[in-house]
Amino acid sequence: MNIRTLVQIFLLFSSLSILSIGGGNTVLPEMHKKAVGSYHWLTDKQFADVFAISQAAPGPSILIVTMIGYKAAGITGAVLATIAMMIPAGILVYIVSRVWEHAKNSPARKAVEKGFAPLTVGLILASAWIMSKAADHDWRAYLLTGICTAIFSTTKINPLLIVAAAGLIGWLGWV
Amino acid sequence: MSEKPTLPELALTFNHIALASFGGGLSAWSREVIVVEKKWMEDEEFLSAVTMCRILPGANQVNLAVFVGVKFRGIPGALAAVFGLTLVPVLIVLAMAYFYFQFHQVPAVAGILKGAAAAAVALTLSMVFKTGRKCLVGLIPILLFLAIFLMNGIARWPLLACLSLLAPLAIGWAWPREKKS
Repeated sequence: MNIRTLVQIFLLFSSLSILSIGGGNTVLPEMHKKAVGSYHWLTDKQFADVFAISQAAPGPSILIVTMIGYKAAGITGAVLATIAMMIPAGILVYIVSRVWEHAKNSPARKAVEKGFAPLTVGLILASAWIMSKAADHDWRAYLLTGICTAIFSTTKINPLLIVAAAGLIGWLGWV
Repeated sequence: MSEKPTLPELALTFNHIALASFGGGLSAWSREVIVVEKKWMEDEEFLSAVTMCRILPGANQVNLAVFVGVKFRGIPGALAAVFGLTLVPVLIVLAMAYFYFQFHQVPAVAGILKGAAAAAVALTLSMVFKTGRKCLVGLIPILLFLAIFLMNGIARWPLLACLSLLAPLAIGWAWPREKKS
């Protein structure tokens, strides 16, 4: 096991963790620069493929770092990269949520909760928009989205069944 | 909210959220499970937590798991929630990475993914309807909602730029005022 590589993995991903304000995707360019350009852990093409795989897999898309760590230093590298990417940001969230619990009845917390609600709903709509653009949807996919939205909004059917059915429709090549 | 969730419950719940989100829509799945199914949080508390977790550095969904875990069970709760959220996905990703670097092929899931992504967008949209119905009452919240959608979704301004403009307005609007009695 190459200790130097492990140290590089740990330092790179823990610093990216702190820099990733606004979500993991904001540090992708820097991650690419270091992992491909400086350390040569993987090629350009591999980085792009690994990114696509991480988007496809369930769970947080930040697990791209698991695959980069794996390529650089096997299973140990994969685990180390994943942990390094989560710990520094996690500590910060821990501190903020503690402060937040203490402020339970303060006017500031009430104002943030009430005021952020419409902003969050707008941001969620923005992410639906961006997701649909990124997936390069055509009219059939939009139609499927429309039908599923109607089902989700008006019925109590388990959403998992609908996602599975939509996956099947995609697998059959209908969208 | 009835009782505080136990550590295994936190881990299993976040595992469920992670696996359900195949094709995307983690935020919508989190709400579906945490607010609707488990009733651990109210919509308002959940939505503000989502935005705080976006502002803070780190992967948004990992942050949300930490936030919810800490709220109920402190540090062990955060660890349980993050463990639940990431363990199975990490194993899946590792299997895919092994497959990819061994055989130099991206696993053939593109078709399934396209369909599932269309449904994930739909689930996210239905979250907009369901939560919007409650909080988009009145002119100012609707304007805030539209403004941030245009800035972040259409014009693709960075999150921090949008929020540094709109968050002060939103908080000023929402600040509790003395009730005249």
